[in-house]
Amino acid sequence: MYSRKPMTKMAKESQTKLSEKKEESKKPIAYELAEKHREISVAEFFEKNRHLLGFDNKKKALLTTVKEAVDNSLDACEDANIAPELSVELIDMKNDRFRIIIEDNGPGIIKKNMPNIFAKLLYGSKFHTLKQSRGQQGIGISAAALYGQLTTGKPIKIVSKISPDDPAHAYDLHINTQKNKPEIFKEDSKEWKKDHGTRIELDLEASYQQGGQSVDNYLKQTAIVNPHATIIYTNPKAEQLIFARATDQLPKHTKEIKPHPYGIEIGMLIKMMKWSEAKTLQSFFMNEFSRVSSAVSKEICSKAGVLPSTKPKSANRDQAERLIAAIRDTKIIAPPTDCVSPIGEELLLKGLKKEINAEFYCSVTRSPSVYRGNPFQVEAAIAYGGELPGDKHVRIMRFANRVPLLYQQGACAITESISSTLWRNYGLSQSQNSIPVGPAIIVVHVASVWAPFTSEAKEAIAHYPEIIKEIKLALQEAGRKLAQYTKKKKRYSDELKKRSYIEKYMPYVGQALQQILDLKKSDEDQIENNLKEILEKKRGKLQKVEMENADYDEEFARIGNEKEESGKTEEEAEENE
Amino acid sequence: MSDVIKSLRSIAKDVHNSIVKKKAPLLEMPIRSLQNVTYNPKDGYFELKGKTMKRALAASTIKTFAQTLLMMNESKKIIENDDIATKREMYYVSKNWGDAMFKEQPESDTVMDDIEAMISVNREQLGFIPEEKGGAVAGRLVVVDKDETGKTIKVDCTKFGSGAYSVPTSVEELKFETNAKFILAIETAGMFQRLVKHGYWKKANCILISMGGVPTRACRRFIRRLSDQKKLPVYVFTDGDPYGFLNIYRTLKVGSGNAAHINQFFCVPNAKFIGVTPQDILDYKLPTHPLKEVDIKRIKDGIKNDPFVHENKDWEKALRLMLKQGKRAEQQAFAKYNLNYVIDKYLPEKLKNQKTWLT
Repeated sequence: MYSRKPMTKMAKESQTKLSEKKEESKKPIAYELAEKHREISVAEFFEKNRHLLGFDNKKKALLTTVKEAVDNSLDACEDANIAPELSVELIDMKNDRFRIIIEDNGPGIIKKNMPNIFAKLLYGSKFHTLKQSRGQQGIGISAAALYGQLTTGKPIKIVSKISPDDPAHAYDLHINTQKNKPEIFKEDSKEWKKDHGTRIELDLEASYQQGGQSVDNYLKQTAIVNPHATIIYTNPKAEQLIFARATDQLPKHTKEIKPHPYGIEIGMLIKMMKWSEAKTLQSFFMNEFSRVSSAVSKEICSKAGVLPSTKPKSANRDQAERLIAAIRDTKIIAPPTDCVSPIGEELLLKGLKKEINAEFYCSVTRSPSVYRGNPFQVEAAIAYGGELPGDKHVRIMRFANRVPLLYQQGACAITESISSTLWRNYGLSQSQNSIPVGPAIIVVHVASVWAPFTSEAKEAIAHYPEIIKEIKLALQEAGRKLAQYTKKKKRYSDELKKRSYIEKYMPYVGQALQQILDLKKSDEDQIENNLKEILEKKRGKLQKVEMENADYDEEFARIGNEKEESGKTEEEAEENE
Repeated sequence: MSDVIKSLRSIAKDVHNSIVKKKAPLLEMPIRSLQNVTYNPKDGYFELKGKTMKRALAASTIKTFAQTLLMMNESKKIIENDDIATKREMYYVSKNWGDAMFKEQPESDTVMDDIEAMISVNREQLGFIPEEKGGAVAGRLVVVDKDETGKTIKVDCTKFGSGAYSVPTSVEELKFETNAKFILAIETAGMFQRLVKHGYWKKANCILISMGGVPTRACRRFIRRLSDQKKLPVYVFTDGDPYGFLNIYRTLKVGSGNAAHINQFFCVPNAKFIGVTPQDILDYKLPTHPLKEVDIKRIKDGIKNDPFVHENKDWEKALRLMLKQGKRAEQQAFAKYNLNYVIDKYLPEKLKNQKTWLT
């Protein structure tokens, strides 16, 4: 499955830089200080920063591990143009230990790369490219392996096969926490009846709960925004749930793009110049960046007061700073945006309808836009009414690059965008700058070649004004569609109320007239019939406004909506961490 | 069949005919407000201008429409049985109407007023009587009434000591015997008590009536019949404030906007206002209170909208004077001089000097 490429030269060299620096310090005091300088082991780093990586508690560790593995599997399948078929199995080993087994039908990994991918932190193919994908850093799955190793002492077991003609390779791996290097426990070649694919087995300390932040809900939401994937899930109670694919159509293949100059920062520019193969600055800009023509490249150099023929390697910090300023000052066309792949209005609706039994659904896919040189695209959908509770805050479903975001709702740019949109015009109630109240679910998906998260755990989207603006525009567009419906519905219910009102009081008119005028019973009936006719003629025919939802799947909808066993809300749970 | 029942039936008949013809039925009634009355200076009361309100049967009106018909039916039954129902009782009768019942009594009172206006009768003729007390009477008057068996009895209003005779809710059948010279209608029970206690009616040879604020219909009708039958002048004594002028005195003399359809019977056109006038406040150097915002509003409203004020330039002048002073004074304010100043000085002086009155 894992299509991770070995690290580029640039990244490797920068890793060794730290140790070089240490050798250079030769002054007496520095000697003393140097005693204290030692390489920080990845295990120590992990221990101190596990919350950044999404392993802050046992419940979250389970989710994060599944999420990292599923993200990688889906990315690999899509890269290889394979309709994903995943199996996720959680086994309760008792005493807070769980075994996670995840298997896919992806392209597989060549033998040589397997140990590094699963047992070396910060090793991956995605960090150095700008491409819409679920994984970004090359940290997730090896962090999960490390977590499992630290909490159970057991190795991560990998099996992978790349074609029907090759045997499957199996590894049991440990991470050498001092050196951040894989240690091979066991190595094997074996028969596997799959044509290609990868299987991971991992033991870890964890706890399993149902509810909004559960693995169950994560997989369900993943299925909603990945309608091309089939996921077979066996939960710790040994119940099997099958999320079958809703479409055979794979998402548009996402293209890799070079960075756009507007997104570059000085440190990155210096690094890129240092490791560039380009002979001149002019060609450096043209080759390493998107949307830089030779004229634009020259303009940047001249504005910075640097010769275009300068060797990038020899450029100094001062020049780099001037180049950055020059880039900001130069008009460069926006990066290509055909590299992002949205879910699409139709599929988003389909997923939502399966999950929620509402009266009204709408979805909006915005045109792509750009923040800091990175193309991104926003989608929003709303489900309204029906069985949704009307007196609570609306439920928010957040997605980034087709990955559900289950934690840190309050810190997310999506939440901020929702709170700062005026929903009252659209038929929801809302107190100022807060999440609206009403029978609705709001879905937002942000797709980008570089989705900006607030932390490595990828739980919340950072607050870039360009992104917030686009999300709000998408919400407003969806909101206007909602308003059309809520207004129509209000007219309908008003009319209904009036009609029942009429029917309620009509008999009394007949009854009173009959008594005052001493009419016959038949006269009274005639009065009522005529009145009905008179009033009906005035009001016209009544038309139903609700949409039919044939896609609703009750079983499916229940997943993740169970009461959490501990009864804790997200906020409480996070406070306790 | 009584005229009232005929009217009720004829309205119901029109409604029924419309329905039979499959046309939305209408109920038509005069608009009951100051905007729809004119002052008739010749007869001295507010008259309807003739603007009417049509309540067509529609979704928004069907409940009131049904309630109006139901209440018409109750009225018919009450008259046929020679019975009466108080406004409050009528509200409870509606509790038997299922969904069409009234939630609060004001709703039922409004519908009652609608019917009354629709067929231009007094609600007592529909069989509905108010809860309110009609007013208190003391002085040289014998009221000729009947007891529950129909036997004539005479009630002597001089024989109540420090108490008073209470005006009944229906006064149409009463007869009077008196040799008093005038009727004095008083706003407050406190002032009435003072005059009774000190036997003012003996001294002045008059009939004292306490209105207790804006006089009830029964009280107005009582004064009207008494004044008409015995050719007695009526003098009105209220607080010196816009409420006393425009609500109490104006209503007693010419009627109200809300009851315009029956003012003809319930007004006392020969009533005269003896005080407390804005000029009295100056002349008697009375202790005052500043006008409240509602007072100022009421004066301005009266000058602008009240047809009675339009017809009476003296009243307009008095109101403008009060507005200019920005002050009001109560009946009791004469106690500044001594407790019986009002009996010994004020009333005798005022009654002597017609120029100080407002009419």
